[in-house]
Amino acid sequence: MSDRDPSDMSPREGCPVHDWATDFDVMDEGYIKDPAPVWEELRDKCPIAHTTRWGGAWLPTKYDDVREMARAAPTLSNRSPGVIPPAPEMRELLIAEVKEFGSELPPISADPPEHKPYKQLILPLFSPKAVEEYRAFTENLANELIDKHIASGKMDAAVDYAQQIPPRVIAYIIGIDPGRADDFTDWTRGIIELGQTDPEARMKYRRLIRDFFQEMIEERRDNPRDDAISKLMAAEINGEKLSDYSVIGVCFLLLVAGIDTTWSSIGSALWHFGTHEDDRKRLYAEPEILPTAVEELLRYYSPVVMARRVLDPIKFGEADMVPGEKVIMNFPAANRDPDVFDRPDEVVLDRERNRHIAFGVGIHRCAGSNLARMEMDVALRVWFNRIGEFEVTDPDAVRWTGGQVRGVRTAPMRIKA
Amino acid sequence: MRICVDADKCEGHNRCYSLAPELFEVDDLGIASALNDGHVPAGLEAKADLAIANCPEFAITIVEE
Ligand code: HEM
Ligand code: SF4
Repeated sequence: MSDRDPSDMSPREGCPVHDWATDFDVMDEGYIKDPAPVWEELRDKCPIAHTTRWGGAWLPTKYDDVREMARAAPTLSNRSPGVIPPAPEMRELLIAEVKEFGSELPPISADPPEHKPYKQLILPLFSPKAVEEYRAFTENLANELIDKHIASGKMDAAVDYAQQIPPRVIAYIIGIDPGRADDFTDWTRGIIELGQTDPEARMKYRRLIRDFFQEMIEERRDNPRDDAISKLMAAEINGEKLSDYSVIGVCFLLLVAGIDTTWSSIGSALWHFGTHEDDRKRLYAEPEILPTAVEELLRYYSPVVMARRVLDPIKFGEADMVPGEKVIMNFPAANRDPDVFDRPDEVVLDRERNRHIAFGVGIHRCAGSNLARMEMDVALRVWFNRIGEFEVTDPDAVRWTGGQVRGVRTAPMRIKA
Repeated sequence: MRICVDADKCEGHNRCYSLAPELFEVDDLGIASALNDGHVPAGLEAKADLAIANCPEFAITIVEE
């Protein structure tokens, strides 16, 4: 068994997939649009599929397998959590940096024992109590966005609404200027969307974000403020202050993890209501089911996939994993497993028993899950309160993005107060 | 009915607390514990059951029916 060099991308990128069990491609256009039929086929045929594309990867589709893999740290390591591995130059740079400074984007890129202290530093920012303090800010924001568009009778629920909320909320929490939200969104897309397949973009936006946070650190070095950056600068792990490299890494992660993800979940939820009249009517008639509806939409449209890197040989079922390969933590497919969920491919707005894992499981459970839930709750509540009637004007005009994060990127709607 | 949160399994998803704040509390790190030493007041059994069914870590168990 030889180690696979993850930078050795197979020459078949871009070729059509003939057999999803042995040759899947998470960047395939049809898969990005609607991955559920592929998962359904794989669960029966080959529940842990393999591909040599993108440097070699495994794709589990059963709930129990995904859970078990999520708990297999550090044999399945988080040191390179991107679904698409970095290009060779980037990889060299990262290896050198990590050697010198530690994990690049802690806690997501850290394994035990390095992981826990970083996670504990950021969790208090996102506790249920802390998150309630950001609710009023989020409500104002959502109302202002609707004020801006309501008279025109049309609004792109993804671009004009969903996309606008998370960058401002996370900027407010980190302590950076919410007025620069458009920049933050561009940078995040540069990393998470464009950067997946464009190594130069990945490098460029990474530089931009790191330089930006270095500047924020300098501004606070002698004059600490009451914000997350200053708190991280003052924090200690094992009796030592964090290096600038680590403070930047944590802030970088909070910015990027807080934007694309929640924007996608709000966008997909509104897309759903804009194309499903029955569910739309139901939520207008029974607003009290919003909390279960939010969980159900998180389950059904699960926007986030993360990856692990195999460090030592390990076997799950029939899957013999080789060091260097990726394992795609397919939380979205787990959430459609018929062994766990009744009618998995239906949206059931009042589904009460819903043990979905859209936010992951185990030690890397999404640190921002309470925040994301609050943002979804506010975004949908304000939308349904302020808008009396709405519908997607052209269902074929919708565009989905995929890979690491799946979500609706444009959803033009007709709206009426 | 008496329930218990296994602190080793709990990863702080806060599903229990948001479904049944009468039965659980969570600390700043999101880790949950059962209020009232796990004793579920009469009438809240269904809520306890829901919390159990929604915990992604299977961290909540019934210790006494
Ligand atoms: C609906 C929106 C969101 C979804 C579906 C989501 C999903 C996820 C998932 C699945 C993971 C686990 C990754 C793994 O196992 O490797 C994760 C980790 C993380 N998320 Fe989120 N996320 C969302 C929003 C947010 C927000 C708003 C923040 C706020 C800053 C955030 C911050 C983080 C952080 C810091 C981690 C790393 C935790 C760790 O490694 O211990 N996320 N997220
Ligand atoms: S739902 Fe489960 S994991 Fe989450 S806080 Fe409650 S006990 Fe812990």
